[in-house]
Amino acid sequence: MRWLCLIVAVLTLVALPPALAVEPDEILSDPALEARARALSKDLRCMVCQNQSIDDSQAPLARDLRILVRERLQAGESDQQVINFLVARYGEFVLLRPRFSWHTALLWLGPAAVLLIGACGVLLLVRRGRADSDRATAAREKLTSAEAARLSEILRQGEQ
Amino acid sequence: MIAESGHYGLVLALALALVQASVPMVGARKNDPVLMAVAGPTAIAQFCFIAIAFAALTMCYVRSDFSVVNVFENSHSAKPLVYKLSGVWGNHEGSMLLWVLILSVFGALVALFGGNLPARLKANVLAVQSWIAVAFILFILTTSNPFLRIPEAPLEGRDLNPILQDPGLAIHPPLLYLGYVGLSISFSFAIAALIDGRIDAAWARWVRPWTLLAWMFLTLGIAMGSYWAYYTLGWGGWWFWDPVENASFMPWLAATALLHSALVMEKRDALKVWTILLAILAFSLSLIGTFLVRSGVLTSVHAFATDPTRGVFILAILLLFIGGSLALFALRAPLLKQGGLFAPISREGALVLNNLFLVSACATVFIGTLYPLALEALTGEKISVGAPFFNATFAPLFVPLLIAMPFGPLLAWKRGDLLGVAQRLVGAAGIAAIAVAVIFAMEGGGPLLVPFAIGLALYVMAGALTEIVERTGLLKVPLATAFARARGLPRSAWGATFAHFGLGITLLGVIGETQWSLERIAELKPGQSIAIRRYDLHFDGVTARQGPNYRELAAHFTVRRHGDVVGVMEPAKRSFPSRGTAVTETALMTRGVSQLYLSLGDPNPDGSLAVRLYYKPLVLLIWFGAVVMVIGGALSLSDRRLRVGAPKPARSKAALSPAE
Repeated sequence: MRWLCLIVAVLTLVALPPALAVEPDEILSDPALEARARALSKDLRCMVCQNQSIDDSQAPLARDLRILVRERLQAGESDQQVINFLVARYGEFVLLRPRFSWHTALLWLGPAAVLLIGACGVLLLVRRGRADSDRATAAREKLTSAEAARLSEILRQGEQ
Repeated sequence: MIAESGHYGLVLALALALVQASVPMVGARKNDPVLMAVAGPTAIAQFCFIAIAFAALTMCYVRSDFSVVNVFENSHSAKPLVYKLSGVWGNHEGSMLLWVLILSVFGALVALFGGNLPARLKANVLAVQSWIAVAFILFILTTSNPFLRIPEAPLEGRDLNPILQDPGLAIHPPLLYLGYVGLSISFSFAIAALIDGRIDAAWARWVRPWTLLAWMFLTLGIAMGSYWAYYTLGWGGWWFWDPVENASFMPWLAATALLHSALVMEKRDALKVWTILLAILAFSLSLIGTFLVRSGVLTSVHAFATDPTRGVFILAILLLFIGGSLALFALRAPLLKQGGLFAPISREGALVLNNLFLVSACATVFIGTLYPLALEALTGEKISVGAPFFNATFAPLFVPLLIAMPFGPLLAWKRGDLLGVAQRLVGAAGIAAIAVAVIFAMEGGGPLLVPFAIGLALYVMAGALTEIVERTGLLKVPLATAFARARGLPRSAWGATFAHFGLGITLLGVIGETQWSLERIAELKPGQSIAIRRYDLHFDGVTARQGPNYRELAAHFTVRRHGDVVGVMEPAKRSFPSRGTAVTETALMTRGVSQLYLSLGDPNPDGSLAVRLYYKPLVLLIWFGAVVMVIGGALSLSDRRLRVGAPKPARSKAALSPAE
């Protein structure tokens, strides 16, 4: 499927620079800090690429961002502080997992809403189906007095 | 001359499509058998003329006729023949031509093998099929003509993007299109039924094989694309939740739901309206996929706004077909008679649950893919919706589906016994529980989710086998008896087992790859080694080689396991002078169902080379599972009972005997 994406990329003259994503010289010596940096990088978008995180991307911008994230972590910032800094600088666009707010409410609640509406629909269908079959059984078993009178009328006419 | 005859063939195909789109429908309306009978031959002729057009374009590529713009832009005389051929559909215009070719193939197949369809239904189906053909042939002729010439022919072409010069990419698009476009048949059947205002269980029986066929190709196509991305893009990812991937995944989810709901309709005459709606939705999602990929809207909403001809045309097709079909649905659906009552706890109930979750999952992908586009178009605000979002929302929808999946085939139609089925699944649950305990003991302090995820996958696999084990009496009767019984089981039962089992296999691969992958990034000089798990890779040096249309720099690594040489890996960097671009060729070494994955970075001035090495446990199961699913589809397709209306005429009385 990526080929189509790549065609689009080619059509817009975005060449793919053939380098690695995370490069050896970027890696921090502290493994815990490096792990945090990698986890953060996976949720941050390389903004000049199509749907690539800075962890995956080979673009120079992604490299700059990776280094920036590591610098801020080394300076002792929390993950949230790093994210806040990047959002302040580049906007919400940098987040691959958008924050919940009024303009992403539909995005985050949409799937649950679809499931809920669907479940309600199924429930209604089951209810109606059951009511239908109940009514059908009831109709077979019990006749109202008017129906009974009509039935005996028909039977009598039939006999004559 | 060749290009012109191709162009002319396409114009003639358009004329035939116009006839096919109108005459049979008038015939169906007037109940005129002669007019209705026009549909079959025109469908076959339409296919022939589109085939001529496609063959002409292929000839231009093979002969490297650079006076044709399309060939000049996407080919090169030194390119190997196979990539000259795949270059035909490795670009916008050519791939659209392939799209209509496959559309006409399916139309011709219905014309040839739909002999047992009622004449009115067949006429209407082929007419609707031809409406789609008219729209897309017009699109090609007016906005994306692959046969345009350059007045002064250049001596050499610009070559195909090197990243597309790959065997996987040569067959991936045709497979995917067979799936995408194959869903048009289900759509045409649905529209024909709505126009006619009549639909019954037989309809489902005719539609199911076509849907199954499309689904099989779609599954293969998606799996192939995923494997290609895995070994080409150099960082070992196999699914990116990229909009283009989602564009193929949404029809797959809808088609999977459709297969299941059509089953209810065929066996129990229920869920008619819903099945029709799903058939419309599945193809609509294919059209939306085509729009997303082909309009350039994905690159940027603004790019779409600056050169909108193609995008607007496809958008118009989209609105016409989706809007039109949904309007027709709203008008006609209330007329369709609902039948077949069933209790909530029953096979039908389980299939409804399946549909509920599959459609919700599909809606999730749809919302996630289109939300950023809609938001930017409406408010100008840019947000990104990427893999982390989809992982967080998709998984919770799929887990209940997987837990419920083994129950479905074990429940009886109409009214099932949930407790009884749960008891029959104790074996499967037991296997899963043992796996959870073993992995928990092995992993120790690892994330708690992993053992349970593996347990879920094994439960799905064991659950899929439960029905077969029970019906053959395996473990209870002598093996020969069980084998004889297994042969007697309907192939569709085997099909369901294989498909569900395959999903379990894929799941196992996904969990293994995402949770247990190891990664090493290092700078190596010749003579140095890098270790991962029990493997040791020794960097011997770099050699330069000349390929047919590229130069490559290959690094040679000797792989040892516990000191014994198990093979060599040669990742490379290829540069293509014709385009001035370069690609990284990763090296893979398969060990069982796991792989070692090695990819190169840039060489440093001091002679060292940056490398990225992965150990990917169980990774091959991801695609192997997809293949097993497709085998399941093929088994089901070959079932005697389904051959009625399948692309093979079955005239024997046996084929018409009632199900089960």
